[in-house]
Amino acid sequence: MNKRQQSLPGPDDITRVSLPNGITVMVRANFNSPSVVIGGHLSSGSLFDSDEKLGVADFTALGLMRGTETRPFQKIFDELESAGANLSYGAGAHNTGFSGRSLSEDLPLILTLLADTLRHPIFPPEEIERLRAQFMTSLAQRAEDTADMASITFDQIVFEGHPYARPEDGWPETIRAIQRDDLANFHRRCYGPRGMVIALVGAVDPKNAVEAVAKVLGDWSNPEQLETPALPPVKPIKKTVTRKVKIPGKSQADLVIGASGPYRKDPDYIADTLGNSALGQFGLGGRIGDVVREKSGLAYYASSTLNAGIGPGSWSVSAGVNPANIQKARDLICREIGLFVEKGITAEELADSQSNFIGRLPLSLESNSGVANALLNIERYDLGMDYYRRYPDLVRAVTPEQILSAVRKYLDPERLAIAVAGP
Amino acid sequence: MKKNHKEYKLSNGLKILLKEIHTAPLISSWVWYRVGSRDEASGRTGISHWVEHMQFKGTPQFPASSLDRDISRDGGMWNAFTFMDWTAYLETMPAEKIDLGLRLEADRMTNSLFDEKEVASERTVVISEREGNENEPLFKLSEAVQQAAFRVHPYHHEVIGDLVDLKSMSRDELYQHYRTYYVPNNAVLGIAGDFKTDEMLARIRELFEPIPAGPIPPRLARPEPEASGEHQLTIEGPGETTYLEISYHAPAGDDPDFFPLTVMDSLLAGPSGLSVFGGGGLSNKTSRLYRALVEKELAVGVNGNTNTTLDPYLYSVTITVHPKRKPEEVLKALDDEMKRIQDEIVTIEEVSRAIKQARALFAYHSENITSQASWLGHAEMFSSYDWFITYLDKLSKVTPADVQKAAQKYLRKQNRVVGTYLPKGAEVKA
Repeated sequence: MNKRQQSLPGPDDITRVSLPNGITVMVRANFNSPSVVIGGHLSSGSLFDSDEKLGVADFTALGLMRGTETRPFQKIFDELESAGANLSYGAGAHNTGFSGRSLSEDLPLILTLLADTLRHPIFPPEEIERLRAQFMTSLAQRAEDTADMASITFDQIVFEGHPYARPEDGWPETIRAIQRDDLANFHRRCYGPRGMVIALVGAVDPKNAVEAVAKVLGDWSNPEQLETPALPPVKPIKKTVTRKVKIPGKSQADLVIGASGPYRKDPDYIADTLGNSALGQFGLGGRIGDVVREKSGLAYYASSTLNAGIGPGSWSVSAGVNPANIQKARDLICREIGLFVEKGITAEELADSQSNFIGRLPLSLESNSGVANALLNIERYDLGMDYYRRYPDLVRAVTPEQILSAVRKYLDPERLAIAVAGP
Repeated sequence: MKKNHKEYKLSNGLKILLKEIHTAPLISSWVWYRVGSRDEASGRTGISHWVEHMQFKGTPQFPASSLDRDISRDGGMWNAFTFMDWTAYLETMPAEKIDLGLRLEADRMTNSLFDEKEVASERTVVISEREGNENEPLFKLSEAVQQAAFRVHPYHHEVIGDLVDLKSMSRDELYQHYRTYYVPNNAVLGIAGDFKTDEMLARIRELFEPIPAGPIPPRLARPEPEASGEHQLTIEGPGETTYLEISYHAPAGDDPDFFPLTVMDSLLAGPSGLSVFGGGGLSNKTSRLYRALVEKELAVGVNGNTNTTLDPYLYSVTITVHPKRKPEEVLKALDDEMKRIQDEIVTIEEVSRAIKQARALFAYHSENITSQASWLGHAEMFSSYDWFITYLDKLSKVTPADVQKAAQKYLRKQNRVVGTYLPKGAEVKA
């Protein structure tokens, strides 16, 4: 094994332990800097939320640190901030995620606070009202953000009738409707050790790290913990749908164009990511960057994104353009998507992206947080402990033909979702 | 912190800083030029940033189409940044591939084409970048505050420049700006990562030493006279949210007062990270301003920002006003806190806590080779790399009396601009 490969996480340097209560602990040591990162998730996502009270999962996640049975809000943050440490929570559709970092000497402190806020939050009413005001302000800011609103509108078209059509942070009226007891109930029913994963990376001995997690979370149980609701399939859209959101007074409009995409576990996922790279990532934004930004000067940013997770993903192109140029940018992007679906990518483009994916691995896995994310991906998507060492071979094995057939499964120039937000 | 880097100067004046780090097979290389928006006269605002964009548009040896392709094929990350005092270009690459980054930087130090057609297409890209910024209320507010704070000093305009100049500047003006400031004796090259210093230096000499020195470019130097009183301004725009930005004239990064000011900021608004571009700090929920404003439900968020600038710039506090409150109430509460830190000496525990936080942030910064490499040259742009090496030591020497003195000197009303962003049409719901 050469030095490059050695720098990537693999079975010989990842420790994975399952605690009896269902928590999976993953650790990789890195003594280059005296700090440590933690990251992880629980199965308490917004899929549990009703339409009327959409945002409960996220509100609950943010409420965890507002006070516990033994620590008021200010005490939690005094302990954290005095140590120069961080800990925060947020909810997505499937999970509540958490992340934190500290000097390695303070790892016991962040683990204690993690366990306390996960297990014993009390959601003090006055703190919850403060949090609600902050929540409402961030929703008001979101309503004014052309990129956010274009992206929400895009999801509403692509995932119509599916839970993914809903923003996890809810709407002003749903956040107003949520009561303090809704958070406590959500916590009681949806938080528990089953399905929880925690990754620790940094200046810590793996055995000690596992013991430290077991000490604060090993005896956690919740017999009431609900199973995550099943996910319905996505109904593909039948013809191109365009929706515009008007946000007066803005200088720039945001445009998102695309369709639903693969699951992360789909066998063609790597072919999809390579195709996406050529379409709108490689260099300064692949073909999309070249056409929309470099050749036409239409946008400061223009690129494509492939989102793939536990459920169906999305594949989209986005750009920020002058309101007068929306139609022009839209036509250019649709034309590129059409060419992409018709002809796929060239062998040369594929070789470029393959080389990029393999070459950038050490950089993406350089930091502790990069490695923590890699460990969580391995666990969440059953990638195998040697995934990042096998990855170069997986990337090299993809052919232009595989990409073409993968692309055609998702993108169809006659069936696109087009979302625009701007003045 | 001990010195574990080496410094050299080539015969053409290019300064080199090299730091070996063998934790990952990566090398990060940064070229810094002493040119930024402070070097722009009226009519040419935004020219430094636009020149930075043009540096990605090709040379005869590396045409635009092949530039990013070559770097990306090697799995490299590259980018560039323009600030008020400097412009920087970086490549972080797998260690065995860094030669490409070095050849590219040596080449585009003198050979960029500034093709007329590329200038035309980049004009609309830069204008589009400005329009994207204008979508953000906080950009509009900070642009107005900055302009009110600097009547004389060229820190008065945003790096992106004014629309009227972006529309009118010519290819020749851009090229002239490039040729004037992009000379080796106006630049610093900082490289950190998995290399041997003597081999790296030899290669740098081969590539960069043939580039001839130029005249040392002039820098605009028009010190801002002391303000004669508080400025207040209001701007209006879309949305529902009210923002306040309160900016105090503050010392340059190299001024001894910078360190007590950093501790003061940490106590008031929470510790800031060590990223060249700000951010990356910690949560600030136990800071004085969070307790006084957010806990008291006058605001929903507050943060503070110091800047390591070459000349005195601003210490800014930005507040997102609570939807049920008026900006005047928030300002009154802020003033009470500012008076408290001026009148009552802070405790030694508070200062020690700020130092511990800084130590943690310093360790986080050291996880990453790109970030370590950035400081080699960045510190040279307003001081010297020694500033960075002794950063934690200097913070550790700050006393409660120093913090009080800094608060009394800088947090005066006469020394500040108060800017309010009022959302059009939104009523205060009392």
